[in-house]
Amino acid sequence: MPTMSFAPAGSAVPRQGPPVESPSIEGSVTADRIYRLSLLVFALCVPLLMLLIFVEVGAAAWPALHLFGLSFLTSSAWDPVKGQFGAAPAIVGTLLTSVIALTLATPLALGSAIFLSEFSPPWLRQPLSFLVDLLAAVPSVVYGLWAIFVMVPILRTGVMPFLRDTLHLGATPFFSGPAYGNSVLAAGMILAIMVLPYIAAVSREVLMAVPRAQREAALALGATRWEMIAGAVIPYARTGIFGGVILGLGRALGETMAVTMVIGNRHELSASLFAPGYSMASLIANEFSEATTDLHVSALMAIGFVLLIITLIVNGVARWMVSRMGAEVRA
Amino acid sequence: MSTAAMSGSAPRVRGLARRRGVSIVMITLTCIAAALAVVPLVVILGYLLKQGAGALSLDFFTHMPVPVGEPHGGMANAILGTLLLIGLASVVGLPVGIGAGLYMAENRGTGLANLVRFLADVLNGLPSIVMGIFAWQFLVRPFGHFSALAGGAAIGAMMIPLVSRTTEEMVRTVPQSLREAALALGYPRWRTSLQIVLRTALGGIVTGVLVAVARVAGETAPLLFTALGNNFWSLNLSKPIAALPLQIFSYAISPYDEWHAQAWAGALVLIVLVLVISILARYVTRSRHGGGGD
Repeated sequence: MPTMSFAPAGSAVPRQGPPVESPSIEGSVTADRIYRLSLLVFALCVPLLMLLIFVEVGAAAWPALHLFGLSFLTSSAWDPVKGQFGAAPAIVGTLLTSVIALTLATPLALGSAIFLSEFSPPWLRQPLSFLVDLLAAVPSVVYGLWAIFVMVPILRTGVMPFLRDTLHLGATPFFSGPAYGNSVLAAGMILAIMVLPYIAAVSREVLMAVPRAQREAALALGATRWEMIAGAVIPYARTGIFGGVILGLGRALGETMAVTMVIGNRHELSASLFAPGYSMASLIANEFSEATTDLHVSALMAIGFVLLIITLIVNGVARWMVSRMGAEVRA
Repeated sequence: MSTAAMSGSAPRVRGLARRRGVSIVMITLTCIAAALAVVPLVVILGYLLKQGAGALSLDFFTHMPVPVGEPHGGMANAILGTLLLIGLASVVGLPVGIGAGLYMAENRGTGLANLVRFLADVLNGLPSIVMGIFAWQFLVRPFGHFSALAGGAAIGAMMIPLVSRTTEEMVRTVPQSLREAALALGYPRWRTSLQIVLRTALGGIVTGVLVAVARVAGETAPLLFTALGNNFWSLNLSKPIAALPLQIFSYAISPYDEWHAQAWAGALVLIVLVLVISILARYVTRSRHGGGGD
């Protein structure tokens, strides 16, 4: 092993700070080993945690999944007393609220991202991005509180009668029935507000990453500003934007508190968005502490397991798309 | 000849006017979208201030929850509980998060680093309720009782992906020459890593940590079946403990107006806590990198 010598002993420049002790090169090699090993252990905690979650939740879900098989996903029976459990209403409720949320949030998020990346005056860009980002920092339970006392009453007395009677959408099964307020629609709307900042932030980043040359080429060909966006910028950023939307979907699928507070908590499949329903997350949040039988607990764990797998797939796809976009830009 | 050119260009000019019109309309729409995107934040903050400030008093910070009908109720125990849970979460989440982030940055391109990065991203999207039932199964069920420790561990685990990814990003921005300089001076690797690299990246890492703390401070779902909530003063980490988000939730879904007012006050306190941490996070980055960074 080569011996290194540190600052020359007779150096005229006085040393700043504590001198590095030279005698124990061996000691520092050992210390390096320990350091590297501890970093490795910390790094391994991440896969270990993932594995633990998977195994623990999966094992707890096993009795219910084993007993009901695939019918757990398709059955809409939910009777803890008789020991009948089916997740269909919760799964449908989760998908429905997420679709409503994305339908409402995507145009707004994309519009605001385009504005911020292309048209915003520079002095407005920072504060406006900051405000949109702050929306993501508001805790779920605060959204829920606001939704219960402000949004739902407006829905009940204003929006729902308007959609059903004034616009005559009540003729379709989707907007019919009494306007309770607490409903799948209410959950979808509060989710829309909650996922908007995620979609907006990712879209903004990928739009900003589109090379200048792409824009200049479109403008040089005589495109108007909008044609430049629609023809040259958005197609370039398409994958990344789509990834952002999927990321928003991942958030919407797993969101718990705000949804639990306004979805109405009823095990029933209904075509009407005005009807109360259940989402997978809200079902767990609502019934877990009241579950008395082992099978009930296991059924709720099974719902958690299904939710875990769905969000893993959705997030995996989203990450892959966003990173592919990153690779394209760098290439 | 010139007249032919003129007549030929007339429809083209109309086309241009239409295209410009479309462009202006669409740009205006994006403007409106940007304005609408900010509306929910303004409206929600407005309601919190209006409803929360009215119910907020000194009692709120110094008194315990009381039954309906009794005056001078507060959430002193929940505020303390939340701070305690954040502390516990940091003990779990920060070493692992920063350690894993350092590992990823110093071993870029290796299979394990890529795997850890991918899984951290996936964990970041894990529904909080799933973390809640996992923590119950892992830390509550075997011991037979709810505990503050289980709650702190659950939200601490949620900090890991955020902290590790920011640490990695920030450590990557440290110039290689700085490492080489330290190594050339005979610094062992571990000291280079901790005293030079980590210290240089500290501003960004602190930001990441604050963002993670702001996020878990408001988490409710992972605490429902772990920390559970507690109406009494408790510092015992192996017993259930109150938390601000839990208290807001149970008061919000209660039928009593008094409790609703308390829930608004609690939400105001929580959001101020979260926003102060978020803004602090921005400030730390900006002061380090001379503005513009986020």
